[in-house]
Amino acid sequence: MPDLAVETHGIVRTFRDGSVRALDGVSIAIPRGRVFGLLGPNGSGKTTMVRILSTIIRPDEGSATVNGFDVVRQADAVRRSIGLAGQFATVDDNLTGLENLRMMGRLNHLDHATVRVRATQLLEQFGLAEAARRNVKTYSGGMRRRLDLAAALVASPPLLFLDEPTTGLDPQSRQDLWGFIEGLVESGTTVLLTTQYLEEADRLADELAVLDHGRIIAQGTSSELKARLGATVLSLTFSTTADAERGALLLADLTTKPAFVEGDVVDLTVTAGPAAAAEALRRLDAADLVVTGLALREPSLDDVFLTLTGHHAPDGAAEEPIAGSGRRRR
Amino acid sequence: MSVSGAPTTSAEWRWAVRDVWTMGRRNILALVRIPVSFVFALVQPVMFVLLFRYVFGGAIRVPNGQYVNFLIPGILVQTTIFGAIGTTIGLAEDLQRGLIERFRALPMARMAVLAGRTVSDLLRNVVVLLVITGMGFLVGFRPTGSLISYVGASVLMLFFAYALSWGFAYVGLAAPNSETAQAMTFPVIFPLTFASSIFVPVAFMPSWLQVFARNQPVSQVAEAVRGLMLGVPHGHATWIALAWAVGALVVLAPLATRRYRRVA
Ligand SMILES: Nc1ncnc2c1ncn2[C@@H]1O[C@H](COP(=O)(O)OP(=O)(O)O)[C@@H](O)[C@H]1O
Ligand SMILES: [Mg+2]
Repeated sequence: MPDLAVETHGIVRTFRDGSVRALDGVSIAIPRGRVFGLLGPNGSGKTTMVRILSTIIRPDEGSATVNGFDVVRQADAVRRSIGLAGQFATVDDNLTGLENLRMMGRLNHLDHATVRVRATQLLEQFGLAEAARRNVKTYSGGMRRRLDLAAALVASPPLLFLDEPTTGLDPQSRQDLWGFIEGLVESGTTVLLTTQYLEEADRLADELAVLDHGRIIAQGTSSELKARLGATVLSLTFSTTADAERGALLLADLTTKPAFVEGDVVDLTVTAGPAAAAEALRRLDAADLVVTGLALREPSLDDVFLTLTGHHAPDGAAEEPIAGSGRRRR
Repeated sequence: MSVSGAPTTSAEWRWAVRDVWTMGRRNILALVRIPVSFVFALVQPVMFVLLFRYVFGGAIRVPNGQYVNFLIPGILVQTTIFGAIGTTIGLAEDLQRGLIERFRALPMARMAVLAGRTVSDLLRNVVVLLVITGMGFLVGFRPTGSLISYVGASVLMLFFAYALSWGFAYVGLAAPNSETAQAMTFPVIFPLTFASSIFVPVAFMPSWLQVFARNQPVSQVAEAVRGLMLGVPHGHATWIALAWAVGALVVLAPLATRRYRRVA
């Protein structure tokens, strides 16, 4: 096995006879055993990248190797060495969870005994053992996602592609799924993850690339990017404008950028949110200043875009998961 | 596996056959799970049998013998052709739900998705054919040919429908969504089944229509099936029908396969 699980050079892919440039020269390298996060708003090219790397479509220009195999010339070898969980949980509604996993196992050309063992094992691992013999139609969104992930893991691939694994999930299901992904990483699986959520990328990925209109506009470890992007915003509301200005002076050394005062609200950019909040409250209390409101705000993808590009994330970059089944890809 | 995706070695062929079986089994499981789709496949031919046997049939005169004996072989041909449209719907749904996308990232044989689908639809057609055959006997159908040629007629129409299902597979892959997929088959299927000798002898039609109606493939299949089931001479219709079926398969299967490679 090569040291790099994924290596691409200048991938270009267009649609609609060249009028849509979904990817415009993307080069990434993912060392084995790492989690790589591809962060970008809707339409930035995340899914197109995953589809090229999983041999579903071919690049127009550039080259890509996956586990050392060329995605165009050695597509079948690539397919034998990857697992894919697409943007929309694609499991067969007419089958049970168990049948879905067995089908995936057989189509991965595992032998009968392995298929049976793996299917049972994965259902257990993903908390679906009780629902194993129920039609997938009756599953909740979170259960479908888990089954979808399990289906990608049937052949125990060393490399996993996860395209927006938690979009559309409720917070609890999202936490659960993050837990599963972290478990996989611990056991040595390499992961390429796409997401619209900075929080998700931050929690799961060792290294990040930010995608905008098919180009990578920033790349680095999550802490490198964070340092560039500024971290948490501590927002304090005072009862008067005069108090706000006094407060801003008192707290000037807590913030990494100049404090931002607007009316009776003071915004401070801080590195460690909770600690800074506690310290701020202590000082303000000692100075007899009354705080009427306090909020800690993590930077959103939109904040990132604003910082990196000077423009807001393109239309549709969701702050919150879009509920429901969403658009089905054709 | 070769770059083109077609199996080359014998081991690859073994896997390919297993993949077809896996896919076919999955489709059959779905059929058993949602018997509604089965019922739908049956409702329409049952309606046609009743409609033509008891409503229109009295007004239709056929050259020799009773109309019911003319009608039922024709209805069976129509039923198997309509049954093959299921391929369109099944594939369009798989495509829309993203399943085909997922299959394309698997090391399975590329042809297995289409072959598994057409084979399972063929099996469904066999069951539908048996049911409608039983129905035909209930309403008075009395074939007078030998059992061998009766079975031969059944195999012939199933084979013809199977060949067509590759064309329907193409439509399913080309359709924008599963709702329109079925409707897209109608402009081809309606003229072929109704401007044919399925329900009435072609001689009853206006002469301009007769040329088409007499020579188009569905009429040839209907003539052959009727001739075989009733044990009456029917010229070369069996061979012509067989040639149409083989021709359709040879043309439509590669067309659908190419389309499958291109869907993205
Ligand atoms: N099959 C396709 N046909 C036409 N345009 C496409 C197709 N797939 C993607 N695109 C376009 O390419 C761009 C990138 O899409 P995509 O990779 O799906 O982005 P993301 O996954 O980041 O939302 C978008 O403008 C999208 O409309
Ligand atoms: Mg996407």
